[in-house]
Amino acid sequence: MVAFTVRRIAQGIFVMLIISFLCFTIQHAIGDPVRDIVGISVSAAEREALREKMGLNDPFLTQYIRFLGKAAQGDVGMSFFFKKPALEVIISKAPATLELVFVSSVIIVLVSVPLGIYCAIKPKHLMTRIIMGISIVGVSIPVFLTAIMLIYIFSVELNWLPSYGRGELVTIAGWKSGLFTISGIRHLILPSIALSSIMLPLFIRLIRSQMMEILETEYIKFAWAKGLHKRRIWFVHAFKNTLLPVITVGGVQLGTMIAFTILTETVFQWQGLGFLFIEAVERADTTLLVAYLMVVGVIFVVVNTVVDLIYGLVNPMVRIQGTR
Amino acid sequence: MGTLARIKKSYLLYSFVRDPVALTCFIIVSILFLISFLSPFIAPHNPYESATINVLDAETPPMWMEGGTDVFILGTDSQGRDLLSTLLFGMRISIIIGCCAVLLQAFLGVIIGLVSGYIGGRLDSFLMRMADVQLSFSTMMVAIFLGAIFQTAFGVAMYERFAVVLLVFIIGLAEWPQYARTVRASVLGEKQKEYVEAARVIGLNPARIMLRHVLPNTISPVLVISTVQVANAIMSEAALSFLGLGMPVTRPSLGSLINSGFEFIFSGSWWITLFPGIFLVLLILVINLLGDWLRDVLNPKLYKG
Amino acid sequence: MEHLLELQNIVVRFALRFGDLTAVDDVSFTLDRGERMGLVGESGAGKSVTGFSIIGLISRPGYIASGRILFEGKDLAHLDEEELRNIRGNRISMIFQDPMMTLNPVLTIGTQMIETLKAHRDISDNDAEAMAVDRLKMVHIPSPEKRLNQYPHEFSGGMRQRIVIAIALLTDPALIIADEPTTALDVTIQAEILDLLLELCESAKTGLILITHDLAVVSQVTEKITVLYAGKIVETGSTGTIIRDPMHPYTRGLINALPGSGHTGDRLNQIPGMMPNLLSIPPGCSFHPRCPFRMDICSKQNPVLTYHQGLERQVACFLMENRGRGCI
Repeated sequence: MVAFTVRRIAQGIFVMLIISFLCFTIQHAIGDPVRDIVGISVSAAEREALREKMGLNDPFLTQYIRFLGKAAQGDVGMSFFFKKPALEVIISKAPATLELVFVSSVIIVLVSVPLGIYCAIKPKHLMTRIIMGISIVGVSIPVFLTAIMLIYIFSVELNWLPSYGRGELVTIAGWKSGLFTISGIRHLILPSIALSSIMLPLFIRLIRSQMMEILETEYIKFAWAKGLHKRRIWFVHAFKNTLLPVITVGGVQLGTMIAFTILTETVFQWQGLGFLFIEAVERADTTLLVAYLMVVGVIFVVVNTVVDLIYGLVNPMVRIQGTR
Repeated sequence: MGTLARIKKSYLLYSFVRDPVALTCFIIVSILFLISFLSPFIAPHNPYESATINVLDAETPPMWMEGGTDVFILGTDSQGRDLLSTLLFGMRISIIIGCCAVLLQAFLGVIIGLVSGYIGGRLDSFLMRMADVQLSFSTMMVAIFLGAIFQTAFGVAMYERFAVVLLVFIIGLAEWPQYARTVRASVLGEKQKEYVEAARVIGLNPARIMLRHVLPNTISPVLVISTVQVANAIMSEAALSFLGLGMPVTRPSLGSLINSGFEFIFSGSWWITLFPGIFLVLLILVINLLGDWLRDVLNPKLYKG
Repeated sequence: MEHLLELQNIVVRFALRFGDLTAVDDVSFTLDRGERMGLVGESGAGKSVTGFSIIGLISRPGYIASGRILFEGKDLAHLDEEELRNIRGNRISMIFQDPMMTLNPVLTIGTQMIETLKAHRDISDNDAEAMAVDRLKMVHIPSPEKRLNQYPHEFSGGMRQRIVIAIALLTDPALIIADEPTTALDVTIQAEILDLLLELCESAKTGLILITHDLAVVSQVTEKITVLYAGKIVETGSTGTIIRDPMHPYTRGLINALPGSGHTGDRLNQIPGMMPNLLSIPPGCSFHPRCPFRMDICSKQNPVLTYHQGLERQVACFLMENRGRGCI
């Protein structure tokens, strides 16, 4: 287990280095830090002097190391548009996205697990066919379209739920949360349903197919032969084994989820990281863009490493080195 | 036996004509492709000819509703263009980008997969590590990043001029890992087989072995994922266009149409978003279903008694 | 005296897309308390399916088409699911072939043993644990208390099979069905496991049905043998008699194929050909295409299982009908 942990962490660091290198290359190629600091109405001579002073004419590698050093201390440059350090901007918008992702994940787990297990246990049932049918349609509807449809039905036509913004927020230790007000929760409903809509079919199908495979194994047959109750066989014997591949795939889906927050937040004008990213693109705010990539890279690597470690803990064959 | 006769007798065709879902999907896909590519001839209006477009016609509802006319069957969009025509042209663009992107992905991915699998060693580990990292970021994310970077680097105007090419390039780059991994797995399997060993012993040069002997055996899995990849590519292009990183509003694809129509659902002009949306979903859905069917048929592991 | 288990004309079919396939065709046999029987045949002969049919575990789309399975006063073929569940793992235990696949890799041995007891008895956790430890001792697993908290992958193959046997014994069953229990094990371990099975069944007077393709295994452990071919019984009798004097050409072929039946350096005798695919069973006697003694009638009519030499011997072969035989 220790060796496993060390290896995973090392891999994580390696990936982080690659990401930071790519980010720096992008920054170097299309960014203009001088403009970020002094704006555009400054003479060419002054710009050149500033460039020299900031070390922008130094060799590539030197600049990269400097970049890494500053990044490690939390300095990834100034946002041109916000006139504030990029990291500060990102941190202020992060809670919005994190809450959205959190609520969506809860929805995904609460819905896909029972449905997936049901479809595996009763594969020929009408209900299963309906669920699988809806799944494949669900996978074919882009998330922004689902979001738009939800808004149209629930906001425009029925007027039950709000269609943009986060509603009333409560600040807890610097974290602006929408989870504690009715208004905040109402604003969370449609976006989180939209965000979970594209991952639900995937997880239902995954859990179903894994569980069906497992139900055909020898050890499940043996469990039947021992005369155990069917509920114990399904939920203890089969499900525990299903968890393992689901955890692995679930972790990987995180990347997809981050992409979809960009789409969802754009539709709902949700003031989170995704929305920030698109605005940064529209305004050509390179520093912010690159800072976003770095932060996403870090979140991604950390979560993936954590998921790998969880897998190692849950799977006894990894946790305990056995004979043969 | 001639090739045609062999195809006729093959299991593929047999199960194809017997599966109602596969048949329906194929018919629908063919119709959609046909009307898209025939759009210059069958569309009632030309959405690219600005002279014929009158902004006063904007937001006309579809024909069967109050305020609609039979000049604009499905109504008009925010700029006064006939929705049906713009939709058909847009679908054509979406399909072209989707297919070309898949060709690029396949080309890149197959070559990388072949080389990686056949040569093995450090190169293989490195390439597959890169593929893994890229895959785990999710190809949609990679596509969005690439789009953002290109747009920031080239500026919006230049980006829009070369949108089609850039989009093909972006989506192609984002999705090569799928192909590379699939082909590499096949190659590793084939490498163990005797005929490769025999070819090597005879002294055939490795490129030749890869192309003439190993490659044909990896076609089957490549075909399986290609169908689904076309659906994914169309979806990615729609997402990019929706975000403003894709086709511009002047030459819209289905995604850009949905984007431009979005704000109008609040004022009641729902058709601008709905009709492109329906066609987009239909297109992606039937391609996905075909892909599923193809996978079930070509994959011997899944033979169910 | 009533038999422990009696199969009467069991027919098992599989409902496939293009029609029903008969996997077990009119199989009948009896087993008494403490008796040990071998169910022998090549892969696909229907022996595992017969074993599974006894406790109602045939995988879909298989089903028992007709026949009765009498056990402790009940007909298992027509019992409802809950009553069958009470018998499985309780009165009749089963042992499978590959112990690594039989034990759930994510649950401890202890969990897998205790749950069996708790499924059939009203028993406290502590008592169940004590019984589990006791059975592990019976199968000669050292330091059983510690072992309860370990996972299957921490044991060697032989030890895993012992654990599986221990699980089978937890409820003091009247009958154990062992499906190829030693096939997945090393040869040296095979003998140990077989000895263990023999010892345990003898001491507790547990009935045993040993399903295998390996006649050598059968000769060590069982008292009587039933030989299956393509779903039908071709010969039955006591182990000693069959091995010494096989009557059916197929059984003869099996015995001859054992290494050691000829001289050192001779080629191994194989029965030419393969057992037919159950979708295309030849007309008449299913074995006739491979039979060195086939006659004209063998390809036309199906031989009936008839008694020879009293009640203890049965053969289904036209060849035997021409020899002298006893009638009932």
